[in-house]
Amino acid sequence: MNRLASREDLVLARKQSEERIAGMKCRILVCAGTGCLAGGSQKIYERLCELCGSDPDAQIVFGEGAACADIHTDVEKSGCHGFCEMGPLVRIEPYNFLYIKVKPEDCDEIYNTTILGGKPVERLLYTMNGVTYPAQEDIPFYAKQKRLVLKNCGHIGAEHIEEAFAFDGYKALEKVLFTMTPEEVIDVIYDSNLRGRGGGGFQTGYKWKQVARQSEPVKYVVCNGDEGDPGAFMDRSVMEGDPHKMIEGILIAAYAVGAQEGYIYVRAEYPLAVSRLKIAIAQAEEAGLIGDNILGTDFSFKLHINKGAGAFVCGEGSALTASIEGERGMPRTKPPRTVEQGLFGKPTVLNNVETYANVPMIILNGSEWYRSIGPENSPGTKAFAVTGSINNTGLIEVPMGTTLREIIYDIGGGIKGGRKFKAVQIGGPSGGCLIESDLDLPLDFDSLKAKGAMIGSGGLVIMDEDTCMVEVARFFMNFTQNESCGKCVPCREGTMRMLEILEDIVNGRGTMEQLDLLEELGNAISDTALCGLGKSAALPVLSTLRVFRDEYEEHVRDRKCRTGTCKALSSYVIDPKLCRGCSKCARNCPVDAISGELKSPYEIDQSKCIKCGTCKANCPFGAVLCS
Amino acid sequence: MDYMTIDGIKVPIEGEKNILSLIRKAGIDIPTFCYHSDLSIYGACRMCMVEDDRGKMFASCSEQPRAGMVIHTNTKKLQQYRKLIIELLLSSHCRDCTTCTKNGMCELQSLAYRVGVHAVRFENRKEELPIDMSSNCIVRDPNKCILCGDCVRTCSEIQGVGAIDFVHRGSKMQISPAFGKNICDTDCVGCGQCAVVCPTAAISIRTNVTEVWDAIENPDIRVVAQIAPAVRVAVGDKFNLPKGENAMGKLVKALRIMGFDEVYDTNFGADLTVTEEAREFAERLESGEKLPMFTSCCPGWVKFCENKYPEFAENVSTCRSPMSMFSPVIKEYFAERDAKEGKQTYVVAIMPCTAKKDEILRPDNHTNGRKDTDIVITTQEVIRMIRQVGIKFETLESEACDTPFSMASGGASIFGITGGVTEAVLRHLSPDKDHAALESIKYSGIRGKEGFKEATVSLDGRQIRIGVVHGLKNASDLLENIKAGKAEYDFVEVMACRRGCILGGGQPVPMGPTTRTARTNGIYQVDQLSSIRYTDENPFLAKVWEDIIAGREHELLHRAMD
Repeated sequence: MNRLASREDLVLARKQSEERIAGMKCRILVCAGTGCLAGGSQKIYERLCELCGSDPDAQIVFGEGAACADIHTDVEKSGCHGFCEMGPLVRIEPYNFLYIKVKPEDCDEIYNTTILGGKPVERLLYTMNGVTYPAQEDIPFYAKQKRLVLKNCGHIGAEHIEEAFAFDGYKALEKVLFTMTPEEVIDVIYDSNLRGRGGGGFQTGYKWKQVARQSEPVKYVVCNGDEGDPGAFMDRSVMEGDPHKMIEGILIAAYAVGAQEGYIYVRAEYPLAVSRLKIAIAQAEEAGLIGDNILGTDFSFKLHINKGAGAFVCGEGSALTASIEGERGMPRTKPPRTVEQGLFGKPTVLNNVETYANVPMIILNGSEWYRSIGPENSPGTKAFAVTGSINNTGLIEVPMGTTLREIIYDIGGGIKGGRKFKAVQIGGPSGGCLIESDLDLPLDFDSLKAKGAMIGSGGLVIMDEDTCMVEVARFFMNFTQNESCGKCVPCREGTMRMLEILEDIVNGRGTMEQLDLLEELGNAISDTALCGLGKSAALPVLSTLRVFRDEYEEHVRDRKCRTGTCKALSSYVIDPKLCRGCSKCARNCPVDAISGELKSPYEIDQSKCIKCGTCKANCPFGAVLCS
Repeated sequence: MDYMTIDGIKVPIEGEKNILSLIRKAGIDIPTFCYHSDLSIYGACRMCMVEDDRGKMFASCSEQPRAGMVIHTNTKKLQQYRKLIIELLLSSHCRDCTTCTKNGMCELQSLAYRVGVHAVRFENRKEELPIDMSSNCIVRDPNKCILCGDCVRTCSEIQGVGAIDFVHRGSKMQISPAFGKNICDTDCVGCGQCAVVCPTAAISIRTNVTEVWDAIENPDIRVVAQIAPAVRVAVGDKFNLPKGENAMGKLVKALRIMGFDEVYDTNFGADLTVTEEAREFAERLESGEKLPMFTSCCPGWVKFCENKYPEFAENVSTCRSPMSMFSPVIKEYFAERDAKEGKQTYVVAIMPCTAKKDEILRPDNHTNGRKDTDIVITTQEVIRMIRQVGIKFETLESEACDTPFSMASGGASIFGITGGVTEAVLRHLSPDKDHAALESIKYSGIRGKEGFKEATVSLDGRQIRIGVVHGLKNASDLLENIKAGKAEYDFVEVMACRRGCILGGGQPVPMGPTTRTARTNGIYQVDQLSSIRYTDENPFLAKVWEDIIAGREHELLHRAMD
């Protein structure tokens, strides 16, 4: 890649990239997100490479780096397609066919029928309610989405900057550098009412304004890629699948506030994201889009990657900057705020990956366009990672204000196994629980806040009737306590006491007084903790305690877990009417707790039973009951 | 003038950096564990939470006062939260208060009482952690730690040492040296300032009281005490004497009651130091070698220099500290009698300092393999001994020290405060010995509480550039300046503890602003009331020099250099 020394150079590079892609006979996009890789997409990719290797006009886009079989075939690397439940996925352009649950042995047929013949392999297409959907865009999972931030994820090669050029990459930077003043850039972002996607929902334009007006000449731009919520992978997908979009957003922010240097803070647990970002930064530097005198202008900017060591709390702004500085990742008291004294004590813009990825399209399409998407106070789209008891787990992007019902039933395809919806945990480990009556709640910053929940970074964990809410609360409290930095007393000690109480309850040792104590602790922690993590640490407990108090009381008063999740509260018994005395349970019991004589009912010795459930799983007559 | 309203009281904002200061100015003693005006704001204990008129809660230590703000410090909710925070701290805290060394002086204990925690609703399920007894100066008991971080910030921000920091996360968080090492295996200099700020007994002074009682009990041992200059203005703190009052006479009497055979004044040792150090400095000035010369009275500083700035180690005066010069002289003085009476002289040094406990174990402070000072106890420990015996200290009549080591110059007495060593040495070197000379040295710029002081004095027509620092972080900054060529000195005095020994790690706590000022005034008063102000006017000194020291200066008064 030659250095692009001027605006004209960039325009030319874009034109060449567009022409190259338009000239391809077809592009094969094999998903290499974590889910699809686990499903074996590497083998699919290799097989397709073998088959297409001699075809100079076919292009295979894949998420993992692998050598190309033939120098004439342009093998690219892409990110997650989002439809993880149906993986491994293969998309073929220009037909836009999406093949689901592909196996390596399907590749020959794909090659012969689609690549050579231009026809779909019917049996690999997505079918729902008897309808087959050849085109990806028509599948309900995608049709109801509005993919703007994730638009290129899975559609472009993430390791070649030319791919980004072909899909409007750095077009917004060009516009900003050559036609807008920094103040105008801030005004557009401010007018768009873009709110921080990391969870806080703070107005991005206002943040930039505050940093821009600081008299200190040295300023920093920091990107928070420390996505730590269990099950959340929105930012990861952007970093892996379309890193240049985010880098472009960072560059625009730097130009707007007058920063000369920036950091991307990524979790070390995202090695692919780290390597993609490294490649992307190196290529952008080579192209002269990062460095001195970008595109021949006065604007210069350096961008570094900083790997986090795995602390959830480092997603908090001041802990994150401390971590970059080489200090222990602990939040500090505010003021001074990050916009005044952030990284190395200098004014700092700190936004998360998804927020930066929104910036280029706002610049290109204008603030009015952006505000037309979603509700007035929370415009734009939001990416969610949908997991749990739902048919279509995966990564989605919808306009803000979409209801939970639409997400769960239309896009998500409903609850697994036709079970009844019970609750959804939103906003990560420190978020809140929403229930059946909240299903028509529009998902936006303010509506959720009013419900005592938050969007957070965008994790949605769907739970059905078989989920024990006390155990869920215990699970999240365990996570938060482990991830508490330990600095302030309420969070360090308070969450530990709450966890101990929850452990008592699920183990059948709870008392009714402890339920009140949980509430007292929860409220105190929320009011007195130092940082956002601490303040919201008790939310899962408080919200489940409010909505599912009867379940807590059952655990304590009746020593009963209605879902059978809490092992200490359940016991296995053999129904003598159903038992035929086959002895299979006794033979399989790992602790010899079952005894009896052949052909007469067996019995379980409760004092020996460890409640592993092996007997129930093995009984051919359904005679072992769990109560 | 801007005002804000605190619990209905209109309080003027006069440049205070945080609301907490305003609350205290308003006369409300809001409790805190982690706030110290000398340290950076940490905001972890959450005890200083307040509520504004919209019900928003925040920590007052980290919030700036704004005109027109209305806050409440004691709403029912706040009281309840404060109580719960203490309860939470107690929930994972060792609760053996009755046998704790801090019993009766523990801030956690007194706050628990104050806010009315009468029961703890949680059982302590925390795993017991080992106690670190590796240091000769301090003891670390992590089971009593409330993680306020005061020690961590003191060690790094004030002392520039950074021997301890937080490790692990969540409820497993601890304060520990790096990699779980023992504190003796770190750069810890033993200054004990961590123990000074510790609200509980998580860091406490390594006590040697038992050894002293054992020695007193033994009829074959001649127990000799020497009392450091800074002890006398602090020992009365715990016996209801006015802060900073010179209680030397009462202490001498108390020690005699307890059974000490001889009681001497370390100030005599300081006069030895002045003489020897002035001579060494004059020699170095003459030769122009190893300049600047750093003082060596403070063991915390000597160790800090060895640990972090070994390149300056030979610039440190080879003189022993006053204590370590005095002890061998005492032992030589009694050598003959000991042999005759079949006794053994045992020197107990009563010091404001924890690092002295380590100094006496250093072989370079031993004379021909003999440990000169047998044991060091701090002011805090001597207070404990007086209480154990039940002496009504405040009612004691004053007595003088035993001869011949009873008399000392005023210059020696100010060794207990920053700038004092320099002042005494300058007095000694000054050709004029009149009041005017005293005044000119006094106002040369070496006195005062600023952490970093500089002065230039004229000596034999030569301009002597002097640096005076206290607090090891300041020392570190000064050394960096020298290294960077930004500063040049001939003579530098370093005291590890801020304000010098009067606020040493072994002194009674708390040491707030009133105490600091009172001890400062107390020390200077000792000097002013001294019948002799110049070391060279001490009549006993010449005699002792002639009888014991002459010809053996390097053996008795200097550190053994190899």
